[in-house]
Amino acid sequence: MFGRLTIESLPLYSAIAAGGALVTVGGALLVAIVITWLKGWLYLWNEWLTSVDHKRIGVMYIVLALIMLARGFVDAIMMRAQQAMALNSGGYLPPEHFDQIFSSHGTIMIFFMAMPFMTGLLNIAVPLQIGTRDVAFPFLNSLSLWLAASGAGLVMVSLVIGKFSTAGWTGYPPYSGIQYSAGVGVDYWIWAVLISGVGSTLSGINFIVTIIKRRAPGMTLMRMTPFVWTALCTSVLMAFAFPALTVACGLLALDRLLGMHFFTNELGGNMMNYANLFWIWGHPEVYILILPAFGVFSEVVATFSRKRLFGYESLVYATAAIAILSFTVWLHHFFTMGSSANVNAFFGVTTMVIAVPTGVKVFNWLLTMYRGRITFHPSMLWTVGFIATFVIGGMTGVLLAVPPVDFLMHNTTFLIAHFHNMIIPGVLFGYLAGYMYWFPKAFGFKINEPWGTAAFWFWIVGFCLAFMPLYVLGFLGMPRRMEQYNDPSWQPWLIAASLGAVLILIGIACLVMQIIASVRDRKRAVDVTGDPYDGRTLEWVTASPPPAYNFAVLPEVRDREPLLDMKERGVTYAPPRAYQDIEIPKNSAAGVIMGGLAFVFGFAMVWWIWWLAILCGLAMWATMIWRSSDDETEFVLAAEEVERLEKARYRTLEAVKAANP
Amino acid sequence: MKQAIVTMRCGAVALLALLAGGCDRLVVLNPKGPIADAERGLMIDAFTVMMIVVVPVIVMVLWFAWRYREGRNARYEPTWAYSAKVDAVVWLVPALIVIAVAVLLWRSTHKLDPYREIASNNPPLDVQVVAQDWKWLFIYPEQGVASVNQLAIPAGRPISLRITSDTVMNSFYVPALAGQIYAMAGMQTRLQLLADTPGKFVGRNTQYSGGGFSDQFFEVVALSQADFDAWVAKAKQAPGKLDPPTYAKLAERSRLNPIVQYSAIEPKLFDSIIDKYTGGHQAHGQTPTAPARR
Repeated sequence: MFGRLTIESLPLYSAIAAGGALVTVGGALLVAIVITWLKGWLYLWNEWLTSVDHKRIGVMYIVLALIMLARGFVDAIMMRAQQAMALNSGGYLPPEHFDQIFSSHGTIMIFFMAMPFMTGLLNIAVPLQIGTRDVAFPFLNSLSLWLAASGAGLVMVSLVIGKFSTAGWTGYPPYSGIQYSAGVGVDYWIWAVLISGVGSTLSGINFIVTIIKRRAPGMTLMRMTPFVWTALCTSVLMAFAFPALTVACGLLALDRLLGMHFFTNELGGNMMNYANLFWIWGHPEVYILILPAFGVFSEVVATFSRKRLFGYESLVYATAAIAILSFTVWLHHFFTMGSSANVNAFFGVTTMVIAVPTGVKVFNWLLTMYRGRITFHPSMLWTVGFIATFVIGGMTGVLLAVPPVDFLMHNTTFLIAHFHNMIIPGVLFGYLAGYMYWFPKAFGFKINEPWGTAAFWFWIVGFCLAFMPLYVLGFLGMPRRMEQYNDPSWQPWLIAASLGAVLILIGIACLVMQIIASVRDRKRAVDVTGDPYDGRTLEWVTASPPPAYNFAVLPEVRDREPLLDMKERGVTYAPPRAYQDIEIPKNSAAGVIMGGLAFVFGFAMVWWIWWLAILCGLAMWATMIWRSSDDETEFVLAAEEVERLEKARYRTLEAVKAANP
Repeated sequence: MKQAIVTMRCGAVALLALLAGGCDRLVVLNPKGPIADAERGLMIDAFTVMMIVVVPVIVMVLWFAWRYREGRNARYEPTWAYSAKVDAVVWLVPALIVIAVAVLLWRSTHKLDPYREIASNNPPLDVQVVAQDWKWLFIYPEQGVASVNQLAIPAGRPISLRITSDTVMNSFYVPALAGQIYAMAGMQTRLQLLADTPGKFVGRNTQYSGGGFSDQFFEVVALSQADFDAWVAKAKQAPGKLDPPTYAKLAERSRLNPIVQYSAIEPKLFDSIIDKYTGGHQAHGQTPTAPARR
């Protein structure tokens, strides 16, 4: 009846695991109680969960990302604490628990923090920047969100029922095969990654079509903002790379469930095929994450240097070059697998070639600051901090691209320091910059700056203190994923790294305080104009938060910086001659229902509850048919209503203008 | 330019030497054999060349952020957004650096191919390495002995390793002597090492392999030829023999195994461990008994 699921699946094997489960369940209950107390369920369902509005979907993605950031960080600080104390002792975590933690940390941070954060920023900014009313497939967008959330839900549930994988975020076989990892952990990992991965593929397709087909009149490809360019490249990578991951995980699932031998040790299985498939997704994934961050930096640096972006065309070509090259380097993740010198050298050189367009981008940002007039909004601080630290990570990346150096440093903490040096300053700082930059657009009031500045300083100092010691530990020969060790020379560096993690914890607390302070001061910090930074691009033309239709009349684009161009021509807020009826997609419950079913389906597959899996599969199919046969997915907002809303906005704008002449 | 690079390289070496000299435990920066030494040298060269970009970028970002901040009224050119000359420099300088490092990379990757035996007047000593949960077995086919968790080698003589796994994927790593290579069941990888002088070094598995992973370290002892001969002679006196039942028992999961020698081994033991997974078919183009590629 319940497959492998028994009462023994509860995490009563250790106090720490039980505590983690308790916090998870308690947190979920607390949120549910608060929503019930505020009588918010109906509002939440009607306005948010069933929404197909890209702006709300974007906000929900980022809420998911921030929750998972907190969870992933708890894993991180637990690992740092364990390693700081585990010299010649077991520390406070037994191996089987420590190993789950490093696996869930990586899985969460990549799949359920970075991916949703990135997709959320794309959702909020891309349709506004290209001057359209929604993404190409609004319902698909909602489905992608709920598939990502259901994957995240599976990882969270693994804390409470059963255990998570110990095979690391990469899930390398044969260790992740049924013979060596018999429990449910790897299955949780597989189904979480599979389900959310399908969502990512769909997001990629959605944004490719949106950007290609839905740009405002006059917005040629070479007039798109750098962020939209990076979004386009990332979407192409998502659509092409994620299927490889889905296939790799699918084959691993077949090995585990049906006793097949794709990646096992015996009967012709070969783990090298998995490594190739995984990294054919995995390396483009690095660029899927970082290109939109580069896009954010390009927007932020131009806005807050109050200057045109330097070398726009170079930047566009560099972005496209990185996107293409990202598919040619995957083998550098396993130079140590015994490929011939020619193969290793080829992939080493292609890896290095990527450093050229990346270097070009860095210089373009620097030259945008040059002879600018820089104001230090927190977004700009994240950008400056990024450039100063990212080059170090880039440099160590080039070192690791040299195969003989990689032989020496691979699988040591040097590698860990390198990729965190790319992903924290590169990816996360970029997303936080974008989050603080577009916050007023999404909510209609400005984000608190002092707390943002404090968060920046704690994050950057904490990052340096946490990861520079890991470079040194690499030179000391310390492998990654050590639950305990016997080399006393490692300990001082590990203690330093754990202090860095404490500083990052304070940085995260500052981010929480920033949200609280911003909401508290929302009346005072209200953004009436919709253009709080004297912006240059289309998202600042419309109101904050934008109306459901984004633009009453689609803007006419004549320049690469359309809003600046309108300001120079003095036509910024000129009311249109006439308003038209606007078709707006209706909310749909099908996305959240299918996401919920996918979650139960994944859970059933993890625990071998076959009847439930079949039931959920059929229910998903039925929901899809039901949704597909709905012919009235849009409603019409009458021209008069649009006019009424727009006129109200123009009156406020006039009032502001009168108050500040 | 060349002069500048030489100066910078000296600076980098001095800096790292200071770091390394300050702490002899920085194994990677204190190599004890020619392979690790060459790999370290390569890293320092690449590091030095990269500094041509890294240092200016860090200086420029801090300097520009300070100099062009609001309120300082430095020169402001809001429309300056392109210069063909600058564009050429930002593409060409990184490209030239990458070309330089790529040449270095291509040559060194071939020179330091772990399958290429070390050129020496001394014939290499063959050792076969088997990764197990969670320990390392070293088989000396010529001497007919085997050793668990201790790799004894003669200093000054090239060591030619053949490596496989009797469990999940492992990675064989002795940072003082050479970089690492994966050990995979049913397959054989190779690695060359040489210890310049007698000494003791730590070796590890770096590829996570389960609960006993943290305990899976071993000792490498480089001995003078006479001491090595004595070590072999002593191993020949060891009470245990590595017959099939003993091997099967050894291959079971265990942690922190003490150092043990076996005075006799089954002929073709190493090949039989590989064959166990391939069923005797030499899978994946890897012929276990074939000589090295070159």
